[in-house]
Amino acid sequence: MDSSTASVIDSVVLSADRPSRWSGLLRSFYEAPFVPLLILVLLVLTAVGADWLAPHDPTIGNLRARYLPPVWEERGSSEYLLGTDHMGRDVLSRLIHGSRISLVVATAAVLLAGVIGTTLGILSGFRGGWIDQVVMRLTDAWMALPTISFAILLAALLRPSEWNLVVILAAVYWTRYARVIRGEVLSLKERDFVRLAIVAGCSRTRIMGTHILPNIANSAIVMATLQFGVVIIAEATLSFLGVGVAPPQPAWGLMLFEGKSGLMTGFWWLSIFPGVCIMLVVLAANLLGDWFRVWSDPQLRQL
Amino acid sequence: MQRYIVRRVFYALISLVLLSITIFCLIRFTGDPAVLMVEPGASEADLQAIRQEFGLDKPWVVQYGVFMVNMARGDFGMSIYYREPAFELYLQRLPASLLLAAVAMSISLLIGIPIGILSAVRVNSWLDTIGKTFSILGLSLPSFWVGLLLIMIFSVSWGWLPSSGSGTFWHILMPAFSLGWVFSAAYTRMARSAMLDVLGSEYIKLARLKGLPEKLVIAKHAFKNAVIPVLTLAGINLVIMMNVAVVVESVFAWPGIGRLLYEGISNRDFPVVQTTVLMGGMMIVVINLLVDILYAYVDPRIRYGQ
Repeated sequence: MDSSTASVIDSVVLSADRPSRWSGLLRSFYEAPFVPLLILVLLVLTAVGADWLAPHDPTIGNLRARYLPPVWEERGSSEYLLGTDHMGRDVLSRLIHGSRISLVVATAAVLLAGVIGTTLGILSGFRGGWIDQVVMRLTDAWMALPTISFAILLAALLRPSEWNLVVILAAVYWTRYARVIRGEVLSLKERDFVRLAIVAGCSRTRIMGTHILPNIANSAIVMATLQFGVVIIAEATLSFLGVGVAPPQPAWGLMLFEGKSGLMTGFWWLSIFPGVCIMLVVLAANLLGDWFRVWSDPQLRQL
Repeated sequence: MQRYIVRRVFYALISLVLLSITIFCLIRFTGDPAVLMVEPGASEADLQAIRQEFGLDKPWVVQYGVFMVNMARGDFGMSIYYREPAFELYLQRLPASLLLAAVAMSISLLIGIPIGILSAVRVNSWLDTIGKTFSILGLSLPSFWVGLLLIMIFSVSWGWLPSSGSGTFWHILMPAFSLGWVFSAAYTRMARSAMLDVLGSEYIKLARLKGLPEKLVIAKHAFKNAVIPVLTLAGINLVIMMNVAVVVESVFAWPGIGRLLYEGISNRDFPVVQTTVLMGGMMIVVINLLVDILYAYVDPRIRYGQ
């Protein structure tokens, strides 16, 4: 999955749409895509307020109300707006609590991967020599790992839990940062302000921290935004395969896995709603990432 | 050229060694492999026996040496569940995976290239909007959910296609489409940007100046060059597809290597899981090496540049 997304991200760069008129940064910020932003804000709000918003407990079911369809269907009940699952748990409440898991796991994984990848990328690019060789060979080897299979292997070795999931996803997705950041650092290193800093006698740590880091921050943030969606899908995939978030937690991927058995018997709502949630969030993250990449790159913006 | 190839092969070997070390260490860092090899609840004496049988009581360096020598001989350990060599199980499942990947590849190319090309030819038209929407949707829908939706529509509602298993032509359609889905979105984007690049080039301008009909310019002159990068990527992706198919194969019970991996996890069959991941990594390293060499052969700038 990663290599395909990598090539997709590359082609995003190539096929970027060039906005025609831009008058100042402030104005451009107002042109942030509204709907994706709204979706992500809603995601954060539901994640924060899950305890108040959810009408029922997400893990405790009512066995007398199993497999109830959504409210607008014939047998639907207004108590369970989006129906109930095989244990009589409220789907809506599980979706709401699931947003928290998705958000926390994906954010933490993207941050951790970003920190690891960026640090290694800067070290590798700036120090060069054997450090560069070691880091880059490691990155090569790591990139050759079949992403999802590798994540599954890790997940099978570690106990399934949210934090292990974060570690696994970060362990799988740090390589792209390292590659790209290293490339940027290599060209930054030749720029006059870095040379000047070297001549002025700044320590290596200081140059990497105060001169190079701020200049690559943009790329790192853009990559992080674009990876957010990828990581959410990866988390859902692992949970769907039973090696991610452990039941009875209400993760979206896990809900799809549990709903799969009801698919042939016509309990469609168990397979539709969690998928729609994943789709909306990933779509929002991708659109926002696309926009942010164009916004943060003056060349694409044709300033 | 020779020096370039030698260097690339050397890098690929380093990748393979690092790959094996990574997996070797992970298994030993995260717990006792003996525990993974026996059924849950085994006694301490059993564990000790397993450790001795598989040499897990020896120093790590020795263990790694044995691991590598065995691997070089094609011995990836015995499957605990099937009591068969894990590598043979893998080879048995390989054809099904290859078939699925090939069909998925064809589907994704057949969808992706036309949409991408049309998108580029009619830039900023409604066709382009559809193309762009399609490509962003492709990235945002998890493949297993696409699979579930397809089952819902074609198996449950309409009853046209079988929801799982393999054997006939009809069985392969839904898994292949779910697997190809995200790739077709990628090809749409690539074909679109490649076509845009080509359409801006000098020789297309010349073709137009010559007075060739626009259809001929697009179909004959531009199309061929725009499709090359997409097809190159498709070659690499075939290997990647086989290795990301695990989730689609588990949805549709398709008997490929992904399914093997999935079963390996459910059965706590560790040698099988390890074999699948290692073989996947090796395939990717080898295909990358081949592509690097091919590129250098085609483009002299690469082989002299380094």
